[in-house]
Amino acid sequence: MRRSFSLLSLSAVATFVFLYIPLLCVAAFSVNASKFGLDWGGFTWDWYRKLIHNEVILKAAFNTLFLGLVSTAISTVLGTLLAIGIYRFPWRRKSLTRLETLLHLPVVTPDIIFAVALVIAFSVIRHFTGLFELGMTSMIFGHIAFQISFVALTVKARLALIGTDIEEAACDLYASYPRVLTKVLLPMLAPGIMAGAMLAFTLSLDDFVISFFTSGPKSTTLPLLIYASVKRGVTPEIHALSTIIMLLTIVCVIALQKFTYQRQQQEKQ
Amino acid sequence: MREPHQSDPSRSKPKTKIILHNGEMMSRGTMRLRQALLISPGMLAIILLLVLPSLSLFVVSFLSRGDYGELVMTFTWDNFKRLAGHGFFGWSADNLVIIRRSIVMAFFTTLICIVLSYPLAFFLASRPQKTRMLWLTLLLVPFWTNLVIRTYAWLLALAPEMPLAKVLSLLGIIDADTPLYPGAFAVYLGMVSTFLPFVALPLYTAVEKLDWSLVEAAQDLYASRLRVFRTAILPQTMPGLSVGVILTFVPTMGMFVVPDMLGGSRTMLIGNLIQQQFGTSRDWPFGAAISLVLMILTLSAMLAMRRNPAPGVH
Repeated sequence: MRRSFSLLSLSAVATFVFLYIPLLCVAAFSVNASKFGLDWGGFTWDWYRKLIHNEVILKAAFNTLFLGLVSTAISTVLGTLLAIGIYRFPWRRKSLTRLETLLHLPVVTPDIIFAVALVIAFSVIRHFTGLFELGMTSMIFGHIAFQISFVALTVKARLALIGTDIEEAACDLYASYPRVLTKVLLPMLAPGIMAGAMLAFTLSLDDFVISFFTSGPKSTTLPLLIYASVKRGVTPEIHALSTIIMLLTIVCVIALQKFTYQRQQQEKQ
Repeated sequence: MREPHQSDPSRSKPKTKIILHNGEMMSRGTMRLRQALLISPGMLAIILLLVLPSLSLFVVSFLSRGDYGELVMTFTWDNFKRLAGHGFFGWSADNLVIIRRSIVMAFFTTLICIVLSYPLAFFLASRPQKTRMLWLTLLLVPFWTNLVIRTYAWLLALAPEMPLAKVLSLLGIIDADTPLYPGAFAVYLGMVSTFLPFVALPLYTAVEKLDWSLVEAAQDLYASRLRVFRTAILPQTMPGLSVGVILTFVPTMGMFVVPDMLGGSRTMLIGNLIQQQFGTSRDWPFGAAISLVLMILTLSAMLAMRRNPAPGVH
């Protein structure tokens, strides 16, 4: 048994190495002084310094954050209400199955299908109304479309966890329904809503496919920018940019871990 | 979900039926109104942004392309015939080859991810509580790192100047100064590293809850290692595994970023074919037809999995 366990650890550690080798390559080249090619030319922070003054990149960073924040705000509200409406009320079995099928659509369909479907839908709207040039607005709609489900499914888990007892107690004490919602249900759902919002935000930052199809010339985001520069030929600034994004990811993951871990500990007490 | 309690019918019959829902007395109409108000904004968004566009995809797939890439409103099966190989220049298997390649690649990517994930999941679950958080974070970071960055990172790692290509050229497997991309090898590396956490994380949650007494019982009864895995471990980890398989198989079928960056024309997948129709070729009806076929392929794969999860599982 002992031998098999060490083999297991070896295989697991090798898998981790496999996951991290490419990422470490990017980080290494972001401090490489030679501008062309991949030979080592000494250590430098130059690319990071240039990054701060690159307006195209700053604009793309702004677009990415704006898109993420707006779409997350809207989809969190819609997804939370949806979860309460579906999982706190009695439904006929058939309607519940239908609603759940709709809710699971984005999880079980490749995103490229929704992306091209949105492209067609937006162009039909544009054809008849003249509105809806592809750009930030269409991207926000595209992101909301797939975020809602993930928020609703996250909130659903929390709804199941907290049970209905406290809401019922509030109703017994003659709290009006809006009061039950705002003073009882939403505060208790808060961790679930928070987790759903964080998930939605990271999905938005991570998304490439939906943005790629629904973006306009002025609404480039960071992933789109990196993709475009890979096609054109990469400058070392892109390595620096990618490294910064990776570091931010690490910070976010650790923060999220701490957040959920603390919550778990609090709930256990 | 609790069924609403009906009010006592023996009392004087009220005009509207009063029910008890979540500890509150109300008419059925009030409750229906509330649930409708709660779900309608979200459902409206899903219907307007997902369902209707998908239906338009269906409609467009039966239209044809005008000379300038515009949609021509005539009903035709041509797009599907073309996908099946009947093109302008006679029959060719090109598109069918791409579809088969996508299915094969999705299958093997999922399989490799499963094979790599089992040791990883057991490794994670056997870490002491203190360091487990750290290892999990290590797995989550690539999971959340942007796909474009991760794919580009492989491009760097496989460059001819890097150790991997140098070692292989010293061994005489590849010529010196050639990168390890584009090609199926690079695409598989990209795909597996992208989707590995999608299998490993759900699998880890399943392994964490594993009832080891079953495994020990099987070992006590001198079951071979394979048999222990098949009868004691696999059924117990099935829920996590099936989530991982869905989360991997579905997106690999539609993937276009990884083959686009790490592959060439020989590793073109359905996703690239669709992207081509909406990009350079500007042939939306054909693109819509391919998307529809892709949708049917993934949905039928999902249904097949739900019907018949795996041998040895009840």
